[in-house]
Amino acid sequence: MLAYVIRRVLSTVPVMAVVALFVFSLLYIAPGDPAAIIAGDQATPADVERIRQSLGLDRPFLVQFGDWLWHLLHGDVGTSIFTNLPVSTMIAQRIEPTLSLMVITLLLAVLIAVPMGVMAAWQAGTWVDRAVMAFAVLGFSVPVFVVGYLLAFVFALELDWLPVQGYTPIAEGIGPWLRNLVLPSIALGCVYIALIARITRATMLEVLQQDYIRTARAKGLGPGGVLFLHALKNASVPIVTVIGIGIALLIGGAVVTESVFAIPGLGRLTVDAILRRDYPVIQGVVLLFSFVYVLVNLVIDLAYTVLDPRIRY
Amino acid sequence: MDRRQFLRTAAGAGALAASGGLAAPALAQGEKARTLRFVPQANLANFDPIWGTQYVVRNAAALVWDTLYGVDAELHPQRQMVESEEVSADGLTWTFRLRPGLKFHDSEPVRARDAVATIARWGVRDAMGQMLLAIQNELTAVDDRTFKWVLKKPYPKLLLALAKNATPCCFIMPERLARTDPFQQVAEYVGSGPMKFVRGEWVPGAKAVFEKFTDYVPRQEPASWLAGGKRIMVDRVEWVVMPDPATASAALQNGEIDWWENPISDLIPVLRSNRNVRVDIADPLGNIGAFRMNHLFPPFNDVRARRAILMAMSQEDYMRALVGDDDKLWKPLPGYFTPGTPLYTEEGGEILKGPRNLDAARKLLAESGYAGQPVTCLVAQDQPITKAQGDVTADLLKRLGMNVDFAAIDWGSVGTRRAQKSPPGQGGWQMFHTWHSGADCVNPASYIALRATGEKAWFGWPNSPRVEADVAAWFDARTLDDEKTVIRTLNRDALDFVVYAPTGFFLSYQAWRRNVSGIVQGPLPFFWGVSKTV
Repeated sequence: MLAYVIRRVLSTVPVMAVVALFVFSLLYIAPGDPAAIIAGDQATPADVERIRQSLGLDRPFLVQFGDWLWHLLHGDVGTSIFTNLPVSTMIAQRIEPTLSLMVITLLLAVLIAVPMGVMAAWQAGTWVDRAVMAFAVLGFSVPVFVVGYLLAFVFALELDWLPVQGYTPIAEGIGPWLRNLVLPSIALGCVYIALIARITRATMLEVLQQDYIRTARAKGLGPGGVLFLHALKNASVPIVTVIGIGIALLIGGAVVTESVFAIPGLGRLTVDAILRRDYPVIQGVVLLFSFVYVLVNLVIDLAYTVLDPRIRY
Repeated sequence: MDRRQFLRTAAGAGALAASGGLAAPALAQGEKARTLRFVPQANLANFDPIWGTQYVVRNAAALVWDTLYGVDAELHPQRQMVESEEVSADGLTWTFRLRPGLKFHDSEPVRARDAVATIARWGVRDAMGQMLLAIQNELTAVDDRTFKWVLKKPYPKLLLALAKNATPCCFIMPERLARTDPFQQVAEYVGSGPMKFVRGEWVPGAKAVFEKFTDYVPRQEPASWLAGGKRIMVDRVEWVVMPDPATASAALQNGEIDWWENPISDLIPVLRSNRNVRVDIADPLGNIGAFRMNHLFPPFNDVRARRAILMAMSQEDYMRALVGDDDKLWKPLPGYFTPGTPLYTEEGGEILKGPRNLDAARKLLAESGYAGQPVTCLVAQDQPITKAQGDVTADLLKRLGMNVDFAAIDWGSVGTRRAQKSPPGQGGWQMFHTWHSGADCVNPASYIALRATGEKAWFGWPNSPRVEADVAAWFDARTLDDEKTVIRTLNRDALDFVVYAPTGFFLSYQAWRRNVSGIVQGPLPFFWGVSKTV
């Protein structure tokens, strides 16, 4: 097991190297020039060229890549072209809101979707099942920003219960922190809830057909025990896999959610950096997201062994 | 702990959290009134107004840095940091004396050598500054409050150069910062303006905070744009960046922000319907839409093709695409200069007036030698102003029988691609759209888009010695009447040559909460005189 963990952790190194090369190459060939944006619309072409030179963007690809990689290997992700701040500082400024949003969304989604899926499977074919499936279709179909606007309109503008936008750091109190996260988490969580609920239902339906479930019922075990002690545990491997895969959905969804609710997180940082062609920031954030994704997959793989003792590495 | 005790504890903690009981103490009412929350037009991603010349940088810089002179609402340069100036009879030697008691935010006094170093750095990046440096004999600090500027030839627009609000403005920095290469960012944001930048609270892309500078000594005259007494009425101004207009609109209605610089016209009816929100024109000088053609390659290297565009284009189509049905927000513009300003003229603008003549335009286009070659039109999709103009142009060109290669890209890509002088089809282009702040178009001083210096000109590289001679004549003009005469000729010559195609003049709105007062119309948001009640 330990050897497996070490092997997997080491395997992230070549993955990250490929991501780094890919991201750098993509940005190099993509159109756009930060110098033109810095110089402003009224700048002359000569001014733009001078700024390009001062930023070192006129150097050959390999020189730029080598320079960036060298600094990266020394723990220096780079400095933002625009703000002149270290990328690590900018990421540190933004990580708490995104992490908070993702954690709350994840908790909300799992706490709502798993029971929903279990109930739908248990009551398959009834109105409960159809209601859950209808919600799942809606959750998949309605874009995050539409849900966000609707929630803001109802709960912020009309009822005045929650703020429209912004983020309050957890250090300023759990209440204000949660108040700012309720609406974005629900908006972001809709598609995630739909995904987990559907998978939970499908897996549970399959498990509930198994002989040992019939045996458990025959022994006189109540529905709660059957569903949550026997069936859900055996259905959990695909559910956990989907929860893990859904982290990518959350990362993508955070970009939109943070823009709609004006949350100063990594999603907005990424969009801003892409629009401005702030290469070091884009590279830093993409590397971080890739690392998180690789790490989440590792954690899920390890979770399999806990959920299903038959799985060995 | 048993189950009941656990549930009681959890419920109690939940209620406490929900009620804000674990929160830090709420701001007192007075403190709320002393903080103004403002949504700027764009993200403040950097803060050196010489290195980066975007308007949002200039707007923030105007809080932190002061200027020697400031342009007022009448477009006249007025003394700001300067107490007095003297000019020699031959117009070659200017001597400036700074006001006493001026201090930077680090408590150091403002000295003449700071002004000298600032002018030297600014002059490298600014069009008027470059002209001044080219004719400069000497620029030296005489003593702590006096500096002297000796020129090789008179420059009647010198005070305007130091006062203008077009970017880059001559914001006075401490000498140690002003010695920074003009193509590199300064390392500190220390100015002598009415507010201090709180760097510790800066989250680029999200929030920028400014605090009142208590040692600032405002002038005694009433404030008027960048001139007069810049009295700050609040303790703190927070710039909150909101990329989504719908969110900003909701936040303003909900009282989470106090002032929104540029609400989009679609949301104006919603804002107007809220009794707690006020809406007004943001900048009376507005903006001029621009359809820029590449003078280096066919078909627009032939003036007849460019004139065909002017003959065919309907400015009303462009403006309605930009601002909708609100007729207060636009005007036709048969010329290049900002309507309502002293130099505005329609001389030579007949080609843009009256019913549009597409048949005549098609004929002129054919005479220019155009025979259906693809015409690459760069249209930034992420900027509503350029997207709307691009859509109208694509339709216009098709009606003219042109073969449009519509390049739907983002503004960053337009910024790169428009600098390409290679032929269309090899990375080059034939046209793109943009807009110019009306404040930049009141005269030729900062109107880089109107210059026709060929290879050194703005993108499109128009080359017209006649237009350039007119511009030079304006710089030499000494009276307003002389200037008006020159500008009439310049407008006619520039339209005749079609330096670019103006698509019209348009205004935009700003919106604020009713408990905020003192907001004025202007080319940038002026925070002095703005106060707030709870």
